Amino acid sequence: MCLHEITTVSQSHCFKVETLNVMATQVFGPSQSVVAGVWFLNPSRINNTKQVEFTKVAADPSIVNLGQGLPDICPPSYVKEELAKAAAVDRLNQYTRGFGHPSLVKALSQVYERVCGRKIDPLTDILVTVGGYGSLFSTIQALIEEGDEQLLHSNNACFVFIYFSKKNGGNPASSADWVLDPAELASKFNSKTKAIILNTPHNPIGKVFTREELQVIADLCIKHDTLCISDEVYEWLVYKGNKHIKIATLPGMWERTITIGSAGKTYSVTGWKLGWSIGPQNLIKHLQVVHQNTLYTCPTPLQEALAQALWVDYKRMDDPDCYFYSLPRELESKRDRMAQLLQEVGLRPVVPEGGYFMIVDVSTLNVDLSDVDENQPYDYKFVRWMISSKKLSAIPLSAFCGPETKRQFEKYIRFCFIKGLETRNMDDIANNWVVR
Amino acid sequence: MSRPVQARRLEGVDKNIWVEFVKLAATYSTVNLGQGFPDFPPPEFLKEAFSRAVSGEKHMLHQYTRAFGHPPLVKILAQLFGKLLGRDLDPMTNVMVTVGAYQALFCCFQAFIDEGDEVIIIEPFFDCYEPMVKMAGGTPVYVPLRPKAPKEGKLMSSADWQLDPAELASKFSEQTKAIVLNSPNNPLGKVFSRGELELIADLCVKHDALCISDEVYEWLVYDGKEHIRIASLPGMWDRTVIIGSAGKTFNVTGWKVGWTVGPNRLLQHLRTMHQNSVYHCATAAQDAVAQGFQREFEHYGKPDSYFVQLPRELQQKRDQLVQSLVAVGMKPIIPEGTYFLVADISEFKSEVPDVPNSDEPYDSRFAKWMVKNKGLAAIPLSAFYCGAHKNNYNSFIRFCFAKDATLKAADDILQKWKLEKAAP
Repeated sequence: MCLHEITTVSQSHCFKVETLNVMATQVFGPSQSVVAGVWFLNPSRINNTKQVEFTKVAADPSIVNLGQGLPDICPPSYVKEELAKAAAVDRLNQYTRGFGHPSLVKALSQVYERVCGRKIDPLTDILVTVGGYGSLFSTIQALIEEGDEQLLHSNNACFVFIYFSKKNGGNPASSADWVLDPAELASKFNSKTKAIILNTPHNPIGKVFTREELQVIADLCIKHDTLCISDEVYEWLVYKGNKHIKIATLPGMWERTITIGSAGKTYSVTGWKLGWSIGPQNLIKHLQVVHQNTLYTCPTPLQEALAQALWVDYKRMDDPDCYFYSLPRELESKRDRMAQLLQEVGLRPVVPEGGYFMIVDVSTLNVDLSDVDENQPYDYKFVRWMISSKKLSAIPLSAFCGPETKRQFEKYIRFCFIKGLETRNMDDIANNWVVR
Repeated sequence: MSRPVQARRLEGVDKNIWVEFVKLAATYSTVNLGQGFPDFPPPEFLKEAFSRAVSGEKHMLHQYTRAFGHPPLVKILAQLFGKLLGRDLDPMTNVMVTVGAYQALFCCFQAFIDEGDEVIIIEPFFDCYEPMVKMAGGTPVYVPLRPKAPKEGKLMSSADWQLDPAELASKFSEQTKAIVLNSPNNPLGKVFSRGELELIADLCVKHDALCISDEVYEWLVYDGKEHIRIASLPGMWDRTVIIGSAGKTFNVTGWKVGWTVGPNRLLQHLRTMHQNSVYHCATAAQDAVAQGFQREFEHYGKPDSYFVQLPRELQQKRDQLVQSLVAVGMKPIIPEGTYFLVADISEFKSEVPDVPNSDEPYDSRFAKWMVKNKGLAAIPLSAFYCGAHKNNYNSFIRFCFAKDATLKAADDILQKWKLEKAAP
């Protein structure tokens, strides 16, 4: 059986990567009486029982919930209006073109032609999917061969975790302090490496890969004839001093890269679950085959509304009021306020260069939780303690990690800052920390 | 790349009849009775519900909801199907929402089918079952519905297409993991009778097989027929996944909201598959569908229930189309359910001659000819058969009659055609 390897550039992409393990696994192998295939992961991890647990706790309105990774700010009004308009047209409540509603793929091709500086064929180079998540799934199913359980348990894994090295001796203050180790990355590539998964801007660290780092990855892809699956759902959310660079625009990369985008992250409408994959026809055609055999089409009125919203912003891409630029400006000030607040209460935030998450080192507070359940990682215990005593919720970072790296990350928790965060809330949070 | 770039699981699943025929219908300006979607609006109460969800106060309806189904929707589905099945359903564990029934089917095959597993598919079948089984590594095993001659002077009914019990039994083996049941059936419109369902149920129980029950057309049954849910038969609840569709229930195929209902021991695996493929379904449409179901639950069985009015309306359209097809010389098979109708076109071999030893089935060539020469689109029945059986029933085409203006336009074409045939 041919084994393909995939290298992922991020250990904190762990959760998603292990999910991808499952995505790539064709259901071969021993079956139990009902379930086919071998799910290599701890079911409770897949079922996210821990996240469900935290979500329930944080449903308490007296708790400020900065854990959940979704906006509680409003999407722009024209986006909502376009959806209302679309749903009023009878034809738009019925099936549309399977691989993407014509007006949407046209709008996407225009926006991205402008960004990438190359011609993009709306019918052959784009697939519209159910969220960025759906794009990842279609890509993996289309291009990655299944792995063997035995091999996955050994170090010849399909998915390999790459460790970033931290500059400045291990106390990062910015996501820029997490850098790629070129030698280590190179050591993970071999003749069986089918693809590398890149996520920039990165969830949850917030790192925006530099051109140099992308070049390191590109060189390796070209050398080993490897594909690149580039998850760029946070592409517009980059903060001052940073630039989002599409690896597909580097020489030799267009023909081997699938770039993934998301309406949910672009327009603060995560509940629309629309995403897209863009790439060369010879790769996208395989994603289209997966799509036609999995869900066939995405919802029509949402696609039409998204198309109209994209036209609005396409026309003002030279204008600072374009939502692609105004949203990151809004988020940057929320980021800064949150970072300041967290520092004031004695925590150490890792200020992100992009995305809408911030990871925070909580070990600085030295909260003694040794009497609580030994088996739980520190960050889980900390978040529980923080919820009950500080009325603030976040997500423990080790929830995103595989078993090898859990212990390394248990001093970090993740906050989401695409939140209303009224001044009143911020004062409440600060007060709760001061009053012990 | 020197080796193929695509994964092997894509072998043999790349062709798709819809991609081909939708393109064809779009290329020629046709009156399209091919693809199955309505040309009339969804009910007002549903449009209003969607409008409220999108523009109303609850702006969080534009954000992620619960991955396995928006709470108001799974709650009302559990209530309604609990009532229909006569059992207590837990919305969190016995119901899961999917991106259309299509994704529900995909989750079922991926969750339950392993390499070497056999899946029984009754022909003619909704074409996606075959590639989905193959993509999961399974082996499809086909068993045909066989037409019995109708009574003298009467048109054939979809009820005249039946399974041969001995033949069906012979298809079950040690390797049989599941059977796919689609009732009411697309494309024939057959509504399986209690006796037929019992036959299938007995075999499932005997061979410990699962039943994937695609019931998307559950509300579209005519002539007083009853849609019976196989999961309500003895021994079946525990081994059946029922699949439903808001698209077909409320005429909103473009919303892509579907669901699965079944025992937790089966649904837990669908949840695993779901969270590893799409994770969440879009929120606003789920909210609107929940409200639509709430309204229907309150009006259940009453004359103003959409579930009563829609089939009544569609039955009239069915009858209208039947008349027009008879007039032009086709022999329609009266469907007991769905909004599809299959017609026998063997009388047209004089107008569109058969080509012996052709790779393409006759009905496919006829359908293409009809698109180009009559401006009317329908789907060849052979599209609903596996490769090896495409020529077994190759003189039938499928029409969709969930149409208003399009049906009238089709009627004009058929009348004109009838006159052309009569002309010397």
